[in-house]
Amino acid sequence: MTEAPERVPAPVPTTDPAVVRAIELVWREAELLDRAAYLRWESLYTDDATYVVPIDPDTEDFDGTLNMVYDDARMRQMRVVRMTEGYAIAAVDAARTVRTVSRFVPESVTGPAGGTEVVLRSAQVLVAFKRDRHDLWAADLRHRIRLAPDGPAGDRIVQKVVRLVNSESAVPAAGFLL
Amino acid sequence: MSTDVTGADVTGPTAADLVRADRVAGRLYTDPELFELEMTRIFERAWVWVAHTSELPGPGTFKSTHVGRQPVIVTRDRKGEIRTLLNRCRHRGASVCEKPQGRANGFTCPYHAWSYGLDGALRGVPYPDGYEGVLEKRDLSLRRLRTESYGGMVFATLDPDAEPLETFLGDARLWIDRFMKQGGGYPVKVLGRHRFTFRGNWKIQLENTTDGYHFPIVHRSWMASVDAETADMMSFMTDPTAVTHDLGHGHSVMQMVPAHSDLDADDGSEPLQARFDGLVEELSATLDPAAVRKVVRAMHGTGFNLNLFPNVSLSAAFFRVLRPVAVDETVIEHVAIGPDGPPELDAVNRARLRIHEHFQGPFGFGTPDDAEGWDRVQRGAAAAPDMPILINRGSAREKADADGHPTAHVTDETGMRAAYGRWKEMMGDD
Repeated sequence: MTEAPERVPAPVPTTDPAVVRAIELVWREAELLDRAAYLRWESLYTDDATYVVPIDPDTEDFDGTLNMVYDDARMRQMRVVRMTEGYAIAAVDAARTVRTVSRFVPESVTGPAGGTEVVLRSAQVLVAFKRDRHDLWAADLRHRIRLAPDGPAGDRIVQKVVRLVNSESAVPAAGFLL
Repeated sequence: MSTDVTGADVTGPTAADLVRADRVAGRLYTDPELFELEMTRIFERAWVWVAHTSELPGPGTFKSTHVGRQPVIVTRDRKGEIRTLLNRCRHRGASVCEKPQGRANGFTCPYHAWSYGLDGALRGVPYPDGYEGVLEKRDLSLRRLRTESYGGMVFATLDPDAEPLETFLGDARLWIDRFMKQGGGYPVKVLGRHRFTFRGNWKIQLENTTDGYHFPIVHRSWMASVDAETADMMSFMTDPTAVTHDLGHGHSVMQMVPAHSDLDADDGSEPLQARFDGLVEELSATLDPAAVRKVVRAMHGTGFNLNLFPNVSLSAAFFRVLRPVAVDETVIEHVAIGPDGPPELDAVNRARLRIHEHFQGPFGFGTPDDAEGWDRVQRGAAAAPDMPILINRGSAREKADADGHPTAHVTDETGMRAAYGRWKEMMGDD
């Protein structure tokens, strides 16, 4: 079977200054999650942002399907409290994680300077270590990032979708975030 | 009953020696030989839950699952009958289906293309001339398991002599009927499922669904994250009317919110939770107030957990299904359910999905904490395997209720004693 030729706009290079800022934000986020710096992680998201780990690998209808995580600002805030307050035994005794995010594909850079949004796909390989065991978590990520007019410090995530390669299979119950 | 539970007195030559009324051997979680026995004596003889009828909505629909460790396909054949078939080609043993669910005309083995109907019948073999005089197609159907259903719950058994499903369920049937009332006048359907693994024995999870005692300790972080009304509904720890009944056959029911045990029993005095105000308004555009009240009052499911031995629980607003993989490995499914009604109920089901995500699943606010507790039990049980695991909480205050069911407080271990009683019975046939 041959695939119909895709109508692809000219690819956005990863050296595009807007894309570089977006990649840096994704890397910053990855490090905060590995360090379990959840309060600072939360501050990377806009108030209207969603953080999603779907089960159905193809769905965009996160509202109408069951997800592993589907957080708006309220749920994200409660999740951070749960991760940091010390009462959740799974969070207190969570695995240590190291993640690599790479294979960036800029999907689009839109909007005027000052309101630029970057949609960026990437691959994430996360190794979690707990009680003498390494678990491997592989996922495709898609970030929608809003760049701030006054510089990278204000760049924020509007949506993050984490598609685990084994989302429909049984995964360990986690005490950390993807 | 002796209150001395410190001695090493759950040892002996047979499996049945390892369970007493108030304690069980720690070895029950760690001994691979016992696990093998459980697979043949319990999971290949009991009625094992395999599906909900809504997962097989029409002829040709199927799902893949397991009975114990054996892979099976549950199908709805052309006549509408639900079948459970061993997922193993009769020729050389290959699995004939590797899709988790779907719709098909039948199943064809990818290795030599033997093809089977939805009822398991062998329909064709390629190049049949080599089989002249040595193959009778009607003898080579996919092996069929006895399959029966009650209240939408489909069970299968590998034991051709097993008692009828309704006898096996016994007094649990009333509670299945009550559980399905959370459809609010509509049938119940499966909305989605979370799957997760934990590195521990299946019985640790079986116990958990009838363990009211762990709730405020393990789920403190979830309690802190829900609104006061929901937390209030969960104040069963000190409610003397919150009780657990041993229903016989290893089944038990834990009534955490007795006012929601029978959702049809509603005198109208209980206000609907304020968090659902928006939903009530949306539904009121098309549904009458009584219908709205019915579906919204059932948003959190029913007020009880029904534990069915050996592999499924009907818990509040979902099914919890366990699958033993190894002595120290278990897969759990948390199956979200909701009313199967007109499109305006989509809003109800979306809200139910959000409630399910909040607690359940590998990244929920409850499940990871449960799993951590179970993981600890498995690890700790490796210490002094001759030391018993205690299941004696509340045994001194256990009394028969009006129906004759042994009953104690919801935080007592009555349900575990029921399950282990059945375990002992099934494992004891030496």
